[in-house]
Amino acid sequence: MTAKPKVAFYWLASCGGCEEAVVDLAEDLLGVADAVDIVFWPVALDSKRADVEAMEDGEILAAFVNGAVRTDEQEEMVHLLRRKARVMVAFGSCSHMGGIPGLANLWDKEAIFDRVYRTSPTTDNPDGVVPKTEYASNGHRVTLPGFHDTVRALDQVTTVDYVVPGCAPTPNIIAAAVGALLSGDLPPAGTVLAPDVALCSECDRRDTKPDDLTITEFKRPHQIIADEDTCLLAQGLLCLGPATRAGCGALCIGANMPCTGCFGPTSSVRDHGAKAAGAIASLVGADDPEEIERILSTIPDPIGTFYRYGLPHSLLVRKRQPAGATE
Amino acid sequence: MSDTDTTETAAAFEPTIVAFFCNWCTYLAADLAGTSRMKYAPNARIIRVMCSGRVDPQFVFDAFAKGADGVLIGGCHPGDCHYQEGNTKALRRFTLLRRMLTDLGVEEERIRLEWISAAEADRLRDVMNEMADQIRALGPFRLPDGAVAPAAPRREEVPA
Repeated sequence: MTAKPKVAFYWLASCGGCEEAVVDLAEDLLGVADAVDIVFWPVALDSKRADVEAMEDGEILAAFVNGAVRTDEQEEMVHLLRRKARVMVAFGSCSHMGGIPGLANLWDKEAIFDRVYRTSPTTDNPDGVVPKTEYASNGHRVTLPGFHDTVRALDQVTTVDYVVPGCAPTPNIIAAAVGALLSGDLPPAGTVLAPDVALCSECDRRDTKPDDLTITEFKRPHQIIADEDTCLLAQGLLCLGPATRAGCGALCIGANMPCTGCFGPTSSVRDHGAKAAGAIASLVGADDPEEIERILSTIPDPIGTFYRYGLPHSLLVRKRQPAGATE
Repeated sequence: MSDTDTTETAAAFEPTIVAFFCNWCTYLAADLAGTSRMKYAPNARIIRVMCSGRVDPQFVFDAFAKGADGVLIGGCHPGDCHYQEGNTKALRRFTLLRRMLTDLGVEEERIRLEWISAAEADRLRDVMNEMADQIRALGPFRLPDGAVAPAAPRREEVPA
């Protein structure tokens, strides 16, 4: 009983989809639960931070951490789990690259608080109250974690041993990762636990991708009824398959939706968005500067498109703040 | 003390410009400018690439992340590309890249694509001077505090 390896699951700035993904293992979850002792999983079990603090350093075999880091509390928990766990696993796009919450790096704390607590149409806050890290009420001191200007991926806060990619990670990827972890047959630290090739290589539609693919208008999924057998890029949909790591089994493409890049880049790419933008822009079917401009203007939001899951992990990390702005 | 330092630093700010020049046109223009003993702003660190189409947008982001204040890409005039259409590919990428950089708060003057042929040393000189002046006026490009780019990924396999 005590010989079972201990694992922990924790969530940071995330949507809960990664926790769902663990449950999506379905009956395989029972096998995992048999093989390991889940000592900490706040979303599912009544275990507390103090329980983790009481453990020996390195007592946990692996901590699966999903979500990006954006508050003091999350940062503290990351350091705590790193101490207690021998293997730190970034689970899902947010902890891998910053994820959707990472798009907040287009703003800073002040702008976000202003929008959320003051100016959004559904806000009724005449006194302009915004969260404070400390507040005294009836003689009691109440505290909240500090909120950072910059959202970070897990490996920008601590050392990460493995990455289970995806938004959310697919059951096959999770099962393979857990299997590798329990067997001890692990690749070198720092590895993303998914095939190191582009998604196109495992896409059922790859044979319909023309060699001389050009695009004269980028279309969004709601604007066309896409053919279900033809390469989506060939139909003008902005599919990030050519620049995104394989391993998901092209699930989105199977549902006739273009790849949005949640598995991140292959290991030969440093900046996913820049590489993807380079790959897509070179498909533009025009030579004239104005025509190129027009075609590319049919991509409404390049940052949200190419850095949908990875702005904090990009080379520039975030939108540049005006000089003199404080972190 | 710090006040004096800041003032002096601001006054002495000289931008660092990373310049990617194609082997067949713009690099030769720089060569010609040199052999013609032209004087121009010495702010650029020139990196010779075989073609402007070789400039991966990652190179530009990397330059900014590593402390460049501006990036200049130089290629052959349209129709003159040694590889037929490498410069057109550069233009397509640049058009999108500039938009992304602007969205990330990088001023337009910091990133520039110019067609400069091997004979146009004077044009190279003018572009270099103009860009150095513009960026000097903008001030240094500064990555935000606390924005620490993650380490480069571990290469999982070496292509054959």
